[in-house]
Amino acid sequence: MVKELEETVNVPVVHICTIVPISLTVGANRIVPAVAIPHPLGNPTLQSAEEKELRRSLVEKALQALTTEVNEQTQF
Amino acid sequence: MAAVRAVHYLNQFFGQIGGEDKADITPFQKDGPVGPGTALQKAFGDEIEIVGTVICGDTYFNENIETATTEIMELIAGYQPQMLIAGPAFNAGRYGVACGAVCAAAAEKFAIPVITGMYEENPGADLYRKQAYIVRTGDSAAKMRTAIPAMSKLALKIARGEELGTPADEGYLEQGLRFNTMHHTERGSSRAVAMLLKKLKGEPYQSEYPMPSFSRVTPRPAIKDLKKAKIALVTSGGIVPKGNPDRIEASSASHFGRYDITGIEDLTEDTFETAHGGYDPVYANLDADRVLPIDVLRQMEKEGVIGSLHNVYYATVGNGTSVANAQKYAHAIGLELSEENIDGIILTST
Repeated sequence: MVKELEETVNVPVVHICTIVPISLTVGANRIVPAVAIPHPLGNPTLQSAEEKELRRSLVEKALQALTTEVNEQTQF
Repeated sequence: MAAVRAVHYLNQFFGQIGGEDKADITPFQKDGPVGPGTALQKAFGDEIEIVGTVICGDTYFNENIETATTEIMELIAGYQPQMLIAGPAFNAGRYGVACGAVCAAAAEKFAIPVITGMYEENPGADLYRKQAYIVRTGDSAAKMRTAIPAMSKLALKIARGEELGTPADEGYLEQGLRFNTMHHTERGSSRAVAMLLKKLKGEPYQSEYPMPSFSRVTPRPAIKDLKKAKIALVTSGGIVPKGNPDRIEASSASHFGRYDITGIEDLTEDTFETAHGGYDPVYANLDADRVLPIDVLRQMEKEGVIGSLHNVYYATVGNGTSVANAQKYAHAIGLELSEENIDGIILTST
């Protein structure tokens, strides 16, 4: 999906995912590793404010990936 | 020994009904072989008997895949076959998909060997190579003369219960299966070195363990000014409005959904949930932002970190979804997003 979106929309796409090897194999160009499969952008053991902070940091990293030029598959 | 009972599947053209004007024809049966079936029957001798032929229009099949498949299975069942043969379809796309789908359904329903023939680039080949023996053929019916012997040779081997060699030896497309075999002449290390030497010299070599090949796309240039950028969200994590209005399946999703999030600042337990199977949905159901970070992106939109968050997000379920389907959904989503002046996309996966 990541590749097809990048090709069709012609804009950078960042993949936030838990299983990075799959994303690498399939061919995503910008990858941000996530927390866990059932909650990639969260952590239920944290207080909600801390959890939102964690989510924000992952989204910031994703936005950083979208604003960074890459020539090959890059993990942020 | 009694002949193996086989049913043959053909489209309207090879079934000798007519061309494109008859492509809407619904499935029907004819006893005995028809068209290419007569040539196959000749090659089969008395070892395999084509007891019946099922014919269906390519357009009818492809526009009604589920109904057509069910109808065709009923016709096939009437012949109590021990083998199904379809096509060959060469490079005809709709016919290839029909042959593949009929083979896959028959293999599942009747647990019988299924054989078809296609040109490697036929879209039906990638879709169904795992479920059927797809004999490699030329790209047009002009290659019928070589397709028939190739298909009948494989069918006879299977009918006799002989052990099959590798796909390359037998002339069918790789199904992605791995077998252990014993090499008595040369041990692994020396085969590996021999392969490496060939590779270094630029000579052709054949891997014993080919990896699936995924194409690459060129990374698109980065967003220059995030403060003006419009960001879109897509997820394969199955986040949908509560109640899953589009009924996206928990596994092998057959479609994707598009959901308007105008005015939505936060996904809550009461408004959103996950349709995704295969992982514990509790955390996503309690707070779907854990998969689709709308709360944080809305916050960033307000703070002016990003220009805006696109007011529609797209979702499907990645669980068991084939690469071909994922690509298809992403293409359709991409066409819609192309109209919306999007500057960047965040795709989240569970």
